[in-house]
Amino acid sequence: MSLDQLYQQIILEHAKARHGSGLAAAAAPEGASSGQSHQLNPTCGDEITVRVSVADGQVSELRWDGDGCSISMASASVLTDLAEGMTVEELRTVIDSFREVLRSRGKVPADPEVLGDAAAFEGVSRYAARVKCAMLSWVAAEDALGQALAA
Amino acid sequence: MVATPAHLRRSATALGNEEVLRIRNDFPILQQHVNGRPLVYLDSGATSQNPLSVLEAEQEFYEQRNSAVHRGAHHLAVEATEAFENARETVADFVGADWDELIWTSNATEGLNLLTYSFLNASLPGAAPEAARFALAPGDEVVVTEMEHHANLIPWQELAARTGAVLKFIPIDDAGALDLDAAAGIVGPRTRVLAFTHASNVLGTINPVAALVALARSAGALVVLDACQSAPHLPLDLKALDVDFAVFSGHKMLAPTGIGALYGRSELLNAMPPFLTGGSMITTVTMERAGFLPSPQRFEAGTQRISQAVALAAAVNYLTETGVDRIHAWETELGQRLVQGLGSIPGIRVLGPAAGEERIGLAAFDVAGVHAHDVGQFLDSRGIAVRVGHHCAQPLHRRLGLTATTRASTYLYNTTDDVDAFLNAVADVRAYFQA
Repeated sequence: MSLDQLYQQIILEHAKARHGSGLAAAAAPEGASSGQSHQLNPTCGDEITVRVSVADGQVSELRWDGDGCSISMASASVLTDLAEGMTVEELRTVIDSFREVLRSRGKVPADPEVLGDAAAFEGVSRYAARVKCAMLSWVAAEDALGQALAA
Repeated sequence: MVATPAHLRRSATALGNEEVLRIRNDFPILQQHVNGRPLVYLDSGATSQNPLSVLEAEQEFYEQRNSAVHRGAHHLAVEATEAFENARETVADFVGADWDELIWTSNATEGLNLLTYSFLNASLPGAAPEAARFALAPGDEVVVTEMEHHANLIPWQELAARTGAVLKFIPIDDAGALDLDAAAGIVGPRTRVLAFTHASNVLGTINPVAALVALARSAGALVVLDACQSAPHLPLDLKALDVDFAVFSGHKMLAPTGIGALYGRSELLNAMPPFLTGGSMITTVTMERAGFLPSPQRFEAGTQRISQAVALAAAVNYLTETGVDRIHAWETELGQRLVQGLGSIPGIRVLGPAAGEERIGLAAFDVAGVHAHDVGQFLDSRGIAVRVGHHCAQPLHRRLGLTATTRASTYLYNTTDDVDAFLNAVADVRAYFQA
């Protein structure tokens, strides 16, 4: 597999754009229930904090702050674009689908209908050392979502 | 710049590319292609590769001599014991130690844990009187440095936490050198142990052992040397360095994983409480208590890593036959080539000593706008193996304002072409990631 299949253009662009980055500067939206989760990848030191806000059964906002490689930063950016506006159930479905693809070692193809831009991370599943990078913000979002619903 | 100790000052002729190409023939793993390119292995600081003679020594042991050691009267038991103890002598001799001062461990990490757990045992009520010199109590201090690998930090943190001792550290300056002025104020009458690395696995700095030992001696403190990055790469004479303890790992010096050693002055080892207890390390055992053998068996409970010890001795023989001083001279050249080359690439910040200053044959660096993980992936696509991350030195990276870096580390089987292929690839990294 070539490097360009791992680092698809959409990933390189999102790694720079970092949609949703800037949690520290933005207060949680009022009228929504918010949860927050911090995740760390101890092998490379990548870190991310994700806040998910839910109002009326919908994800009203996702914000994050992080430091890490292009895969982890792009993944958080793509997740932000996808998650905002989804129902809680839709977000859970998309997180499950993403996890299944990423952990499949290249065996489960990404469904662009479900994953949208996140389908670009399909190639990461062939790089065992990078799966955790791509999953970091999604694991944080899942945890934050659970906390928002429990709050 | 640190002066080379007199006993190490030799007019060694460095290896050259032609000789290195011959050396490479002894390393089957280096013959392969990765991602369509010849493998360029620049991660020996993490783990080194094995020459055929090492692989064959381990296989020969299993084919001809495999048996438990120090027990049994049969032929194989005698052969295995002889191979095991000969290996100890070979490795002890390689680092300037006597045979009974070299204890087999899994690796340097285990060696340091053996020390700290033994000191912890010495600190417990009921410890033998001769162990009192190792006992730590509130008010005592243990000193490490800011550049330590986690293996030479966390065991001391744990020991301090459990005994009430205070852990202090010698800071580094922005260039990555230990602040010796500060050290003189930190190492004092309360210091019981001074533990530091001989050569930094991140910065490449070679620390001034003599100055640090002098400080520790004036304070009456024990000296522990992490020789992981020195034993494989430069002539090492632990007795001449006058340290009390030292550790190193076999897999960083052409041997398999699972074998390393702890050196200790015999007088100290025989006063220390055991760490692991059980078979092979005892004199008389009753249902109530046991007596312990002197070093090294005192610290070698249970069936040992026999074939790995034999393989480590074969690795040491390979290094000795090649000439450790010549290897050191060659790696010094490669290290300078790395630093100079990296320094001429825009957006690269090299950690540690500047070009022209002493360093071992490795260089860690930051690439502006590109995370180390991505740098490593890019280099891998060109068949180049480097280490990325914090290299088990998070406090050091934090001190330098970084979370992760990329490290290229050389060994006797690397050519200048390896270094140049690496430098050419690094020069392309920022463009690829649009940094």
